[in-house]
Amino acid sequence: MSYIKPKFRHPRLPTNKLGFTVADYDGAISTLCAGCGHDSISAAIRNACFQSAIPPHRIAKVSGIGCSSKMPTYFLGKSHGFNSVHGRMPSVATGASLANRDLTYIGVSGDGDTASIGMGQFIHLIRRNVNMTYIVANNGCYGLTKGQDSATADLGSVAKGGAVNPFDGIDLAALALLQGASFVARSFSGDKGQLEPLIRAAMAHKGFAFIDVVSPCVTFNNHVGSTKSYAETREHLDAMPLDFVPMREEITTQYAEGTTQAVTLHDGSAIHLKKADATYKANDRRAAMDVVQQAHADGRILTGLLYLDPDSQDLNQNLNLATRPLNELGKDELCPGSKVLKSINEGLR
Amino acid sequence: MKPTDIQDPEYFHKVVDCQFACPAHTPVPEYIRLIAQERYTDAYMINWESNVFPGVLGRTCDRPCEPACRRGRVEEEPVAICRLKRVAADFKDDVKGLLPGAGPKNGKKVALIGGGPASLTVARDLAPLGYELHLYDEHAKAGGFMRSQIPAFRLPDEVLDEEVGYVLDMGVHTHFNKYVDSLQSILDQDYDAIFVGCGAPRGRDLPNLPGRKEADKNIHIGIDWLSSVAFEHTKSIGKRVIVLGGGNTAMDCCRTSRRLGGEDVKVIVRSPFEDMKASPWEKEDAIHEGIPILDNHVPKEFVVKDGKLVGMKFEKVEAQYDAEGKRSLVPTGEDLVYVECDDVLIAIGQENAFPWIEKSTGVRFTSWGTPIINDDETFQSTNKRVFFGGDSAFGPANIITAVAHGHKAAVSIDMYCNGQNPEVNRPAPHVTLVSQKMGIHEWSYDSIPVIDKREAVPLVALEEALKSKTLEVELGFDVETAFVQAERCLNCDAQTVFTDSACIECDACTDICPTSCISFVENAEEPELRQSLLVPAENAEQDLYVSGELATGKVMVKDEDVCLHCGLCAERCPTAAWDMQKFYYTMAKAAPVLVEAAE
Ligand SMILES: Cc1cc2nc3c(=O)[nH]c(=O)nc-3n(C[C@H](O)[C@H](O)[C@H](O)COP(=O)(O)OP(=O)(O)OC[C@H]3O[C@@H](n4cnc5c(N)ncnc54)[C@H](O)[C@@H]3O)c2cc1C
Ligand SMILES: Cc1ncc(C[n+]2csc(CCOP(=O)(O)OP(=O)(O)O)c2C)c(N)n1
Ligand code: SF4
Ligand code: SF4
Ligand code: SF4
Ligand SMILES: [Mg+2]
Repeated sequence: MSYIKPKFRHPRLPTNKLGFTVADYDGAISTLCAGCGHDSISAAIRNACFQSAIPPHRIAKVSGIGCSSKMPTYFLGKSHGFNSVHGRMPSVATGASLANRDLTYIGVSGDGDTASIGMGQFIHLIRRNVNMTYIVANNGCYGLTKGQDSATADLGSVAKGGAVNPFDGIDLAALALLQGASFVARSFSGDKGQLEPLIRAAMAHKGFAFIDVVSPCVTFNNHVGSTKSYAETREHLDAMPLDFVPMREEITTQYAEGTTQAVTLHDGSAIHLKKADATYKANDRRAAMDVVQQAHADGRILTGLLYLDPDSQDLNQNLNLATRPLNELGKDELCPGSKVLKSINEGLR
Repeated sequence: MKPTDIQDPEYFHKVVDCQFACPAHTPVPEYIRLIAQERYTDAYMINWESNVFPGVLGRTCDRPCEPACRRGRVEEEPVAICRLKRVAADFKDDVKGLLPGAGPKNGKKVALIGGGPASLTVARDLAPLGYELHLYDEHAKAGGFMRSQIPAFRLPDEVLDEEVGYVLDMGVHTHFNKYVDSLQSILDQDYDAIFVGCGAPRGRDLPNLPGRKEADKNIHIGIDWLSSVAFEHTKSIGKRVIVLGGGNTAMDCCRTSRRLGGEDVKVIVRSPFEDMKASPWEKEDAIHEGIPILDNHVPKEFVVKDGKLVGMKFEKVEAQYDAEGKRSLVPTGEDLVYVECDDVLIAIGQENAFPWIEKSTGVRFTSWGTPIINDDETFQSTNKRVFFGGDSAFGPANIITAVAHGHKAAVSIDMYCNGQNPEVNRPAPHVTLVSQKMGIHEWSYDSIPVIDKREAVPLVALEEALKSKTLEVELGFDVETAFVQAERCLNCDAQTVFTDSACIECDACTDICPTSCISFVENAEEPELRQSLLVPAENAEQDLYVSGELATGKVMVKDEDVCLHCGLCAERCPTAAWDMQKFYYTMAKAAPVLVEAAE
């Protein structure tokens, strides 16, 4: 087993606007099982941050517990990070985002970490519209504790030991839609072509951006009978191809008329939905819920951007909080003096 | 693109850049690993089978492998392949017991004209098969230019004697001090085949330069002079020496002059410094010994005073390149430059000369004076009984090329003597491909590359070196340095072998590959495909490894260019679709395979 990644990189690696190569966004070598879908998601996050030219030190990674929650070690080695306790990443993320609104927050969680122990916290992140990207690496099981069914395991899916799951799985994307999330998407770890632009869009979105990513557990949930194996996912995949075009950048790809729809984000960047027909409306929550339900009924794993509210108000705006990070405020701003205190007190009399 | 045919041994052969570039296709990474394991004798034998003169070549090889070495594409400097070869030779045990002897007589007789590396290689390959071999050389000892030209301070006599001895001890009949002045006389004897390995023995002159005749006493042809130094006919030279020419001969002439009494020795060359034919390291060695190199100076006149050479005049030129990159040397118009001197050595190239090959032999020549040979595989001349190789075949080259020719010519001679046509059904190279997996995530070799830099070989102190004509300048690596230098090798023979049917397209290999070699993309024609990879494959000399169509309709494409052979793709692959397999390749030889890939 190799514990270090060689230092050499391709001598002609492209650079982004900051002059960094993708290698500048690398983390430590992964200790996850060979072939784990989570490693692909790590690579997609790394690539997305590189492509969007976000300075690594302006990113904070937050996670809970699980194989999926270990992922932040394996990308963005030069960014901030907080590996919290099981299911409690939302509290940490909420606090951090309130304290420093200028960082880009990437939350990485698992189906266990989110849909079981963390459900209570997760739902409030949505409700509060905390400005962050929240990725669930969804493998339908508790990988780290050896593959027990999780709450997202599909009804009828067969566990590695042969037990058939008697419960309906929680559809986290449907739940997020219902609870009013301002950005909801679904993807597949094996489809970086779609996942990378989605992550870029999620990071550009102001508010809570949720991506449910099917991410096969090769060790415990990749057998025949599992509904979240590589083969089964590919078999039922109904992927919406898309591009992300950052603010002020020209669209370089040419699309035939009527085959694409652009969804513009608050900052002017855009998501181009290729092959989307004219009836598709990314900003219609009810329609999105319908589409998701329909796909579920058809046995299709519908991936792509499901819903986006470009005018979303994030938690900081909503509570009318300081417009600058707390660590940038000086003594006078933090402690405005007895005169101000007096006037506040007067106002409460 | 069509899926890559990895059954064709040439595909993986090309991936091992150094071995592919080596004319004799020495299994470089194999012997370098053995050096790291302190198995010097095994490392020596791997070399000996391929290149016959590991000790000689470890000091003198032109090393075409090093510019080709993959390491030079991922960091500044290639692996010290050549000087590691010397380590194997320096630290080996007695190998005599491991060498093949003469085989039981097969009743066939072969004459070898010239005792250089080409003839000696033919002898080495044919002796175990029972051929009666007769080697002719005009000098008292075998070795050819390795003895007469390469100065002892670069190649000690003992080293040469040892390795020439290994060949001659296989029962070769030697005819020394015998200049063959008629090929016909040899043909008239009962030889079944004749190999001509007489080299390219004529040094070029400047016969028409004014003053050439008058100053003749102090003007010497480089190769003749080196040879007379080697055989101790010449023991001194004037204090001020001009060496004309920019090739390896010029470098040996100037450094030898410094040891024979030359104090003010200059190399003066027509071309720009960068274009000089000498290897960069030879130029460095000369400069290190206090020898200036004056480039862009075209010789115009030998200046003679009172019947004696006193200096030379040169015209200053400038290199200009036309649209096709063709160079012309254009005079700058400045005054001629005058350089004083006592002696001049002319080292401006060599030519083939076959005054001893008569028309009646049926051996015909090209307009450049080289023999007509049907191709560079058979080395058979227009007289089917006569074969050429080494410098005699295509003009001056180097030792390792002569060895490679020797191997091929020996195959041809053996086929010819057995009534076969050497042009068809030549034997295939010897190839094995074996998985290096030792455990779930373990390989039999040190897979993760080290970051140590290349180190130069230590030298004896300059003053000491210049005092002696025979004291070897290079000290060689000690075992500690050799280990570090050996570990720099990327093990390019540990091939990444891909099995399409096992791949589940999880992307693990793409994600982990440190040098972004692997992409899963839509198939296309090669130029398009090269552009569509994670990092475009711009080095067209390096192949793409393309799989068949996978489940999603994509193909796996690996750009071989900067693969580190680190094995991480195979480590991260959940289905063992990738495996690291050691590719062992040796070129076809007349003699049976002597050394197999190491365990
Ligand atoms: C100054 C100098 C330095 C060199 N340094 C290097 C180096 O560092 N590394 C390297 O790889 N190469 C070097 N070379 C080139 C290398 O020596 C030759 O390419 C190589 O030796 C050619 O081998 P060969 O077997 O073809 O012939 P040669 O080595 O030339 O041997 C031919 C032999 O045949 C003899 N001979 C010729 N005609 C007859 C005849 N009619 N009858 C009997 N004997 C005959 C010759 O005297 C000679 O001994 C150098 C060459 C020169 C001139
Ligand atoms: C408070 C607490 N309860 C239980 C556990 C045991 N535990 C560790 S990881 C895990 C489930 C992880 O599942 P998931 O989030 O889906 O991650 P995966 O490993 O599948 O990626 C559990 C229950 C724990 N670490 N802490
Ligand atoms: S147990 Fe499953 S989820 Fe965890 S690292 Fe292994 S494959 Fe990935
Ligand atoms: S790294 Fe080693 S195997 Fe690869 S080309 Fe260089 S010497 Fe040869
Ligand atoms: S061995 Fe595999 S992982 Fe390593 S550099 Fe080569 S292709 Fe990449
Ligand atoms: Mg899970």
